[in-house]
Amino acid sequence: MSDLNDLVEQHIPRLRRYARALTGDRAAADDLVQDTLERALSRFHLWRRGSDLRAWLFTIMHNIFVNQARSRMRYPHEPLDEPAAAGLQYREPDWSELRDIGAALARLPAEQRTVVLLVGLEQFTYEEAARVLEVPIGTVMSRLSRGRERMRALLGGDFRSAALKVVK
Amino acid sequence: MSRHVVTEADLHAYVDGVLPLARVAEIEAYLAERPEEAARLAAYREQRAALRREFDPVLDEPPPLRLRVPRPYWLRPLARYAAMVAWFALGGVIGWQLHAYTAEQRAEANSWPRRAAIAHVVYSPEVRHPVEVGADQEAHLVTWLSKRLGAPLKVPHLGDLGYSLVGGRLLPGDRGPVAQFMYQDGKGQRLTLYVRVNADDSRETAFRFAQENRVGVFYWLDRKLGYALSGEVERGELLRIATAVYRQLNP
Repeated sequence: MSDLNDLVEQHIPRLRRYARALTGDRAAADDLVQDTLERALSRFHLWRRGSDLRAWLFTIMHNIFVNQARSRMRYPHEPLDEPAAAGLQYREPDWSELRDIGAALARLPAEQRTVVLLVGLEQFTYEEAARVLEVPIGTVMSRLSRGRERMRALLGGDFRSAALKVVK
Repeated sequence: MSRHVVTEADLHAYVDGVLPLARVAEIEAYLAERPEEAARLAAYREQRAALRREFDPVLDEPPPLRLRVPRPYWLRPLARYAAMVAWFALGGVIGWQLHAYTAEQRAEANSWPRRAAIAHVVYSPEVRHPVEVGADQEAHLVTWLSKRLGAPLKVPHLGDLGYSLVGGRLLPGDRGPVAQFMYQDGKGQRLTLYVRVNADDSRETAFRFAQENRVGVFYWLDRKLGYALSGEVERGELLRIATAVYRQLNP
């Protein structure tokens, strides 16, 4: 039991890094990590010993993230309990600062953001990212390509496509 | 110069450093002739670096307490120290018991309500984690604790008295696992019901009352299970609630 906790614990910093980049919000990210840990520990019997624990944990996190995004769309004004709301500090993206990588990430569709982050930040191989996201590898490659190109436009690397968005 | 077709996937693999070495030179030759493509890939590389600069500091932040993976209490350093102290104390107790053997049963009978009161004091002020399993999973809570205690448990409902179930947790008792259920009224006043398995399952006792500082405890034995209801409420009210608990458990 305790070795399982140790195994899971060593992945917490990277789960937090990914969740922070994915949500852009410290409290939301840690909520996501907490949900992931709880689900992982309650379903630990489903993990095949010897298989990649990190990939398994990221898969769980991805599923929770997708489900939460879905339910947020259905219930856009989710009430927060008092202490949680008090601790929340929204980082409102500043659209005038498009060179900021966080702001650019926030403007990517979630399906592109996950691929850009799994590959670029978490150093997953394309095959691993495909398994975590449960999509074919071709889908990973096309989302990566579109995500990176959109980031480049947002960050000002491509003035022509960025200009289109600024022109009144 | 003969070449494979260079695909978009190859270019990303080049950016991500996962292209086979044999093909790296080929891509570099391809890019040398296409400055726009080279600039595009340089921008992707810079994105990767920027992501690391922005988010790597998260790795060094100490995770908040709620993200520490819960581990068995006897592995926590403080508990380990406490266990060591307890072993010394136990040595003393055993020595003393050789002389006072007959006092043992009475001492045991008196100590478990005290454990219930201590458990109440420890967990009832918790804001974020008062219980391990919340009332929203009541069925699971009852199944789980029944299994761990090896006896079918029931959770009394005290809504009529203004107390709703918060949830419950498993605790170490003097002879094995015990269960603690927590209730709360509209003002945040909390009560805990501590349930243990009795060594002797033939005994039934009347309500007894114990006071540990500000915590009042009504406790009783009911064959297989022992119950202790603790709260920082007036004795008359605690008795009223203990009576309701008893009635629900013995309909």
